[in-house]
Amino acid sequence: MARKILLEHLNVPGIETLEVFRKMGGYQAVEKVLKTMSPDDVTEEVKKSGLRGRGGAGFPAGMKWSFIDKKSEKPRYLVCNADESEPGTFKDRYLMEKIPHSLIEGMIVSSYALGAKTSYIYIRGEYFYVLRILEKAIAEAYEAGFLGKNILGTDYSLDLHVQIGAGAYICGEETALLESLEGKRGNPRMKPPFPAISGLYASPTVVNNVETIAAVPHIVNMTGDEYAKIGVGRSTGTKLISASGHINKPGVYEIEMGLPVEEFIYSDEYCGGIKNGKRLKALIAGGSSVPILPEHLITKTANGDARLMTYESLSDGGFVSGTMLGSGGFIVMDETTCIVRNTWTLARFYHHESCGQCSPCREGTGWMEKVLHRIENGHGKMSDVDLLVDIAKKIEGNTICPLGDAAAWPIASAIRHFREEFEYHVKYPEKVKDPKHFFYAPFVSEKMNASIA
Amino acid sequence: MSKEIKFSDETLEVVAKIILRYPEGRQKSALLPVLHIAQAEFDGWLSSEVMDYVASILNIKPIEVYEVASFYSMYNLKPVGKCLLEVCRTGPCMLNGAEDLVAHFENKLNIKDGETTADGMFTLKTVECLGSCGTAPMLQCGADYYENLDNQKADALLDKLRDENQRSRYC
Ligand SMILES: Cc1cc2nc3c(=O)[nH]c(=O)nc-3n(C[C@H](O)[C@H](O)[C@H](O)COP(=O)(O)O)c2cc1C
Ligand code: FES
Repeated sequence: MARKILLEHLNVPGIETLEVFRKMGGYQAVEKVLKTMSPDDVTEEVKKSGLRGRGGAGFPAGMKWSFIDKKSEKPRYLVCNADESEPGTFKDRYLMEKIPHSLIEGMIVSSYALGAKTSYIYIRGEYFYVLRILEKAIAEAYEAGFLGKNILGTDYSLDLHVQIGAGAYICGEETALLESLEGKRGNPRMKPPFPAISGLYASPTVVNNVETIAAVPHIVNMTGDEYAKIGVGRSTGTKLISASGHINKPGVYEIEMGLPVEEFIYSDEYCGGIKNGKRLKALIAGGSSVPILPEHLITKTANGDARLMTYESLSDGGFVSGTMLGSGGFIVMDETTCIVRNTWTLARFYHHESCGQCSPCREGTGWMEKVLHRIENGHGKMSDVDLLVDIAKKIEGNTICPLGDAAAWPIASAIRHFREEFEYHVKYPEKVKDPKHFFYAPFVSEKMNASIA
Repeated sequence: MSKEIKFSDETLEVVAKIILRYPEGRQKSALLPVLHIAQAEFDGWLSSEVMDYVASILNIKPIEVYEVASFYSMYNLKPVGKCLLEVCRTGPCMLNGAEDLVAHFENKLNIKDGETTADGMFTLKTVECLGSCGTAPMLQCGADYYENLDNQKADALLDKLRDENQRSRYC
């Protein structure tokens, strides 16, 4: 069995309660930092651990913390990003629901490191029932003296609140999240200034993902150097992967960074292979925003090396033949999948979720959705395929926030790797009339057939 | 409007507590949670009268409420059925049968996506990824997630909701 850190005590009965959580070693990190470490010591450990942001971008957490403006006289804030709305991603929900105190302990330790006296967890509106779980856990933590005035008799005080969202993927983007927390529309802000200088209420702010924050107490307990020994190279520690799609065992898995993708898909410890004995066709490895991979690039890179679950290995080959670890939303597709249909649902998602501030994203996402819809339904033109590539290119890099890129990448990569399938929809409109066109007879590449013959 | 638009004293107390979470003068931060409460208390949707009332208790302009209420997908700006069935339709759910599930509800309830049954009991709404992709297909009704659905489970759920005859609410 691989090493578990975040989910080690997952199956301990009552782990959602403070009492059992403490019995399993919970809240030791709070004692340790408040009584034996300075805030900068904590940041130093996080730096040494090599922990990278688990929300999608993979930015080194310790480095982000060190950017916080300490000269400012304004209060500092830590805001936890529990918006989790990237399609394919459900690991934060799992962690908060099963072991809520792990996030709360992380919030206390991290807030101490940053000098925050008030911190917020911003959770997506649809997770109302998780909000109740967190509120209950927070009440327990106040009662036990881990939150509130003079925590454990020290002069450190902290208030922690959970803020509920109301349905908007864009509020996962950190500056949109801060706008939303201020009671506004979730329109991303121009950067700079970065939140570390001017974030919530124009005060120095750090925004981190749930999983990032929950890892911090473990780093404090085991030391940053020990944590850095887990994993491969600059991908240290463990990562929660949300596995979905056509697999035998969908769910949330904690893996050590460096696990081969092949093992993750086929081992019974993880996904347990493809459902119904079908063939693997494609993979979205890190949430809907990352480039899709075709079968031959999933378990091996273009160079023939084994593809590993690390930031580096997944992105090996760049956008030509690689992808990204992203949020760890691992969506497996078998041979019955229509890539055009799947891409269309994602395009519809990004259109629905574009905040509308930037014209390329607002107009482009809607345009791409429309074009994909007509191709999928057999009304497309051959020129539509290149039109999509062109629109995607014109959105990419031309928007305030990366939602535009996130909308462009899945489409550009689907065409890069599955162009023939798009063209098939245009060439044989009658064969794609039934929405389940590849369900009974998987798509077969004519080109590949010809080359074999 | 059947009810007078005013929160009960207990609700006002809850709102006052929420406002205390933010620094002085930042009571507007309470807008999202308070709109959820308002929607739950006033028949599952936000009329302009309700939004004006929320503006008055947070001491902000009505437009500040309208622009927020119209931005977020969980606020209903039109009346909805007693039970709002929000079926996820994004990629991972689509791969595992979300489209069949939506079609099943459309047939069974004799409504299309976005419509409400004649008896006002159910509104069917397709939504984007609810963070439950590993247990697809699924739907949300009020605060509850119903996962790993098939037609049979969907029918049983409709029966259950009809029997309970309660308005679905997030909070
Ligand atoms: C459109 C968009 C959506 C995002 N959604 C999320 C999200 O749901 N959760 C999250 O943690 N980060 C999300 N991010 C990334 C955040 O902007 C930010 O990088 C992250 O919260 C930082 O935390 P980390 O460094 O711990 O990962 C999103 C980014 C973009 C552009
Ligand atoms: S795609 Fe339906 S819950 Fe994620």
